[in-house]
Amino acid sequence: MRIKFIPLFFLIIFLAIFFVFYKGLQISNIYTPKDNYEKNIPSFNTKIFGTDNKINSEKIFKDEKYYLLNIWASWCVPCRDEHPFLINLSTYKNIEIIGLNYKDDNYNAQKFLKEFNSPYELILFDVDGTIAIEWGAYGVPESFLIYNNKIIKKIIGPLDKNSLDEIKRIIK
Amino acid sequence: MRYHKYFIIILFIFNFSLSYAQEKDLNNKITKNLRCLICQGQSVYDSDSEFANSLKILVKKKLNDGLNEKQIYDYLKNKYGNWILYDPVFDKNTYFLWLLPILMFIVVGAIIFRIFILKKN
Repeated sequence: MRIKFIPLFFLIIFLAIFFVFYKGLQISNIYTPKDNYEKNIPSFNTKIFGTDNKINSEKIFKDEKYYLLNIWASWCVPCRDEHPFLINLSTYKNIEIIGLNYKDDNYNAQKFLKEFNSPYELILFDVDGTIAIEWGAYGVPESFLIYNNKIIKKIIGPLDKNSLDEIKRIIK
Repeated sequence: MRYHKYFIIILFIFNFSLSYAQEKDLNNKITKNLRCLICQGQSVYDSDSEFANSLKILVKKKLNDGLNEKQIYDYLKNKYGNWILYDPVFDKNTYFLWLLPILMFIVVGAIIFRIFILKKN
């Protein structure tokens, strides 16, 4: 009885380990922070792009309407792909697009806006990337849909047709 | 008396660099325990990505603002989730992870005790 029990025990252990590893192999091990949550917007002071004037975040998102904060940079290639979608969204009256220029060179950023047009009502400047971290972002581009001082949706990576349709559905 | 003066000055200078070193040590300790979300497998301390460089600056700023190590971890956990920490916290998702080695130690210890020590006696 004892002799039979030991191989069975090892077989069960082996199968359990095999099952865990087999399942584990199929799961992606690239982590992305959750995007389906509601969070208060961070409070920060920053420079307005192209000027020396500073502004507090509480003065930016004060109205009761939708805002889209878009983190962008002239050196970021996916930002060029999402730009037409932002231009499209800027034609809607009930949403205001705020840009956050991330670790960029002023001259290059101005050139970028001249070339592709600006969808932004206001552009903030993030010189060392710390404001993007305050927002919980970890790369460019990222966008945050804001209503009533709360982040209601976060889009990691460039906007595409699907995310644009979803935003339009929410702000209707 | 003259030597006393020099001694105090030297002591002052050494103290100053010591406190700076401690601050830098803490900064390094924190950034070594943070996972870079761009190059996942490297700590923020080791990584040279834009995100990691910004996070290093932020940790320095938060330390200057008077936040302690735990407060900085909590702040980042709130933004990015538990994954950002290399040292997983003890909660309902990690009971198994933390307790399994202890459990295995006890079980295997008991088996060894039974086989070798009790048999000998």
